[in-house]
Amino acid sequence: MRANTWILMLASLLTLFVGGADAAPSGETRVAISQFTFRPAVVSVAAGDSVTWVNEDAEEHTVTATDRSYTSAGLEPAETFSHRFTAPGTYQYFCALHPHMTATVVVK
Amino acid sequence: MLNERARVDRRRFMQCLAWAGTGLVWAARGGVLSSSVLGDAAAAGDFTFAQISDTHVGFAGKANPDAGGTLADSIAALNALAPRPAFVLHTGDLTHGQKAGAFDLLAESLKAIRTERIFYVPGEHDVFLDGGAEYLARYGRGTLGGGWQSFDYGGVHFIGLVNVLTYKAGVGGALGREQLEWLRQDLAPRGSSTPIVVFTHVPLWALYPAWGWTTADGEEAIAMLRRFGSVTVLNGHIHQALQKIEGHLVFHSARSTAFPQPAPGAAPTPGPMTVEAGALRRLLGVREVSYTESSGRLAAVEHPLA
Repeated sequence: MRANTWILMLASLLTLFVGGADAAPSGETRVAISQFTFRPAVVSVAAGDSVTWVNEDAEEHTVTATDRSYTSAGLEPAETFSHRFTAPGTYQYFCALHPHMTATVVVK
Repeated sequence: MLNERARVDRRRFMQCLAWAGTGLVWAARGGVLSSSVLGDAAAAGDFTFAQISDTHVGFAGKANPDAGGTLADSIAALNALAPRPAFVLHTGDLTHGQKAGAFDLLAESLKAIRTERIFYVPGEHDVFLDGGAEYLARYGRGTLGGGWQSFDYGGVHFIGLVNVLTYKAGVGGALGREQLEWLRQDLAPRGSSTPIVVFTHVPLWALYPAWGWTTADGEEAIAMLRRFGSVTVLNGHIHQALQKIEGHLVFHSARSTAFPQPAPGAAPTPGPMTVEAGALRRLLGVREVSYTESSGRLAAVEHPLA
């Protein structure tokens, strides 16, 4: 019981610490590319905000607008790509190397 | 539209002039221009050619720590073929994501292949970043539109299709209307007994759509090919030797020289497959295709590196 409490406290502290260290700057939303999936598949941001993708896979991926209006280069493992969305709307994107990987950014 | 046609014809005419000294001549057949390779072997008869695919120059993942070494070994395997292949088809993904210098490195490496000529189609790794600009600047000569082409050799009609320039989100490869219309015109004057070889990157048929291993409008091309008595479709993209037979049509997917991928659905993702060191070279390699005039048939022989 006592040990469990300690573990819980430690976990809470770690969450606070890691969360604090990892938190994106204000106005930035992070999307993970993991297991050939964009996570989360839908993110909502305010107009003018940026989305940053980080490739957590061992394979190269891209972040490419379905209408080809922007694309990252091939992202190696751990590499990131950011894009700023200026106008409200619903924006589809995909991985140009693995087209079954699709996701959406909603800008409000 | 007329202007576009005229421009293309002039472009091809200039290529005719440029190539006259290198053993190639252009011939008009049924109003559709195609190229023919000069020489004894170009007359109908038995010959062989080879396929190399998915060289992915620039790949440095753990699935193959020495992709440069296995490319060199693949070239050695091609050079060991007897008889020497008349030409080689590269079915795309020359580079791994168009990394700086990768096209140069590939061109330098492939100079070691002992063959008359190498024909190319791009993979998505070669074109996604710049819409194919660098690829076409290097390999677009003698091709139309986004790099598609056809030529005749030894009585066989070869067609290179490009299905990665208009990659469709959520689907996979796509040929597009312009290329399909060109294909229709290219095939129209040919008799159904003409053996046809199609080479392309992404499988034309719905091999495994859940991983994007399909061409959205591939069935339209396949439908145009059905009237021919012998059709061989060679593709890359899925990094494994796989065959499908559908009537007179035979579809062959090729091994990569760089890294293997899992069988369709055999893993959670289609990413590079890491296998034990001793098994890797059995999963990489090249392909030899022989044409026998008497039967009108083409036979594919796999040449894994081990």
